[in-house]
Amino acid sequence: MSNDGVDLGKRRFLTWATAGVGAVGAGFVAVPFLGSWNPSEKAKAGGAPVEFNLDKVEVGQMVKVKWRGKPVFVVRRDENTVEKLSNHDGELKDPGSLVETQQPADVDKTTRSLRPDIAVIVGICTHLGCVPQHKKETEVTWGGGFFCPCHGSKFDLAGRVFNGSPASTNLVIPPYSYLAENKIIIGVSEEKGEA
Amino acid sequence: MGLMAQFMVWFDDRFPATKVWNEHLAQYYAPKNFNFWYFFGSLAMLVLVNQILTGIWLTMNYTPTAEGAFASIEFIRRDVQWGHLLLGMHATGASAFFVVVYLHMFRGLLYGSFRKPRELVWIFGMIIFVLLMAEGFMGYLLPWGNMSYWGAQVIINLFSAVPVVGEDLAVWIRGDFIISGATLNRFFALHVVALPMALLLMVFLHIVALHKVGSNNPDGIDIKKLKDEKGIPLDGIPFHPYYTVKDIVGVGVFLFIFCMIIFYNPQMGGYFLEAPNFTPADPLKTPEHIAPVWYFTPYYSILKAVPNQGLGVIAMAASLVILFFLPWLDRSPVLSIRYKSSIYKWALMIFVACFFILGYLGMKAPNEMRTLVARICTVYYFAFFIGMPWWSQWGTTKPVPTRVTH
Repeated sequence: MSNDGVDLGKRRFLTWATAGVGAVGAGFVAVPFLGSWNPSEKAKAGGAPVEFNLDKVEVGQMVKVKWRGKPVFVVRRDENTVEKLSNHDGELKDPGSLVETQQPADVDKTTRSLRPDIAVIVGICTHLGCVPQHKKETEVTWGGGFFCPCHGSKFDLAGRVFNGSPASTNLVIPPYSYLAENKIIIGVSEEKGEA
Repeated sequence: MGLMAQFMVWFDDRFPATKVWNEHLAQYYAPKNFNFWYFFGSLAMLVLVNQILTGIWLTMNYTPTAEGAFASIEFIRRDVQWGHLLLGMHATGASAFFVVVYLHMFRGLLYGSFRKPRELVWIFGMIIFVLLMAEGFMGYLLPWGNMSYWGAQVIINLFSAVPVVGEDLAVWIRGDFIISGATLNRFFALHVVALPMALLLMVFLHIVALHKVGSNNPDGIDIKKLKDEKGIPLDGIPFHPYYTVKDIVGVGVFLFIFCMIIFYNPQMGGYFLEAPNFTPADPLKTPEHIAPVWYFTPYYSILKAVPNQGLGVIAMAASLVILFFLPWLDRSPVLSIRYKSSIYKWALMIFVACFFILGYLGMKAPNEMRTLVARICTVYYFAFFIGMPWWSQWGTTKPVPTRVTH
């Protein structure tokens, strides 16, 4: 086949125009394929708030509650423990809870709770998602808190990460609020309502 | 002409069967000095066939749901006729795959098989290696044991270190806010359909690229330089029957070891199958100590060694990416370690030691001493590659002979 009398400029234009339109089409076709990987309606509906009765938790004890399939730690701290929380800022990466995504706006920046004695913390290590172990103050030398068995991250009893941990941010505090003196609801914050 | 020959003529007129056979086997001339290290390419193919065959059979009884997966594996192990053997072949095959592939890659490091003109052979091979890692990782979730679950949790969370979109990306990969049946089901689809197809395609390209440029050899000599009057390399022998027969011996020895493990020690002391995986996945309880399967541990160690999550993930990814550039990093005037300076020999030996140490530390719970050692090894791992363009030119090389030695 010869190219005599062929307008090569026009041919090139048509080739690129066809390829360009084809690429846009391919982009649209990709949407359902990529979109189908997002959580289904069923998975989204699994995130309802849960209620929890604080009577079940003794001082110093930790109880796990399941919320959105994740473990939430509820710990009752005595006054002594709460006081110690403000005494070791130097050992922590973010003692003043400055990373805003890690807790709702309504919690105290030091105790990271609505009420100092009750800590509510999502039990998922911010490093790579393992469930940290609760260590009482008497069990360990570093003051107690949460220890992640996967990569050795340490958090204090307010879920704040210690220096030298592979995790960079504090444990997440879920939105929660008090329904009564001894009853909380996890997943609903006092100001904003359901998360 | 006999009936068979007549049939072949008829066939060859319609499909290049004899042509392909000759080009890639009967008249594909490979260097005559292949040694022990040249078994592992064909063994990798053997293991691939084993994985595909046993994998198809396992699929016949496996249930890819969060409710049914663990039970269906136990069903295969206990109730399906010969099921325990198919399961053992597949699980041991996964580890065997990495053993032969690591040895195959090490051969490349020894004899400079990745050097010009074999850069694409190496890159296609690296893609195969990465696909294999994805295949191994996703396959490991399928039994839905507790180690499956938490291993996947850790690896998928690596993606949440990506700035801005990280958290959404992790949710997108999981299809849920936690690892769930949705994750299991898509991993199953990728493990049994998408990745094996990609693997087969890449293996095909790997071999096509290899046969275009010809195999390297332990002397790193280009055998195409010296040819006889028919154009056949003086140091070449046809792949079939010479190397097909040699490889069959390798297959025999390999299968002997492979079967011993399947029959007598399928868990390989917890290295091939980990104990926590014999309990079902529990989203609320992380096993006491999480470690990936042995073939991932060197990279996992690098991840753990970096005291910052984002940088750790980058370091781990970089430890793989840097391997792709190897053909352009090695600037030594000779290919094979036989003629390289002693600096290369020492550097490579220390690299292998570091790789093993990282692999060992990746299985162990972290403590201060181990973290320190892992950091030293990580630094060496990167220094080895990043400094290679310079140190590979240091020292004196030995003269390379014109003909292969054997």
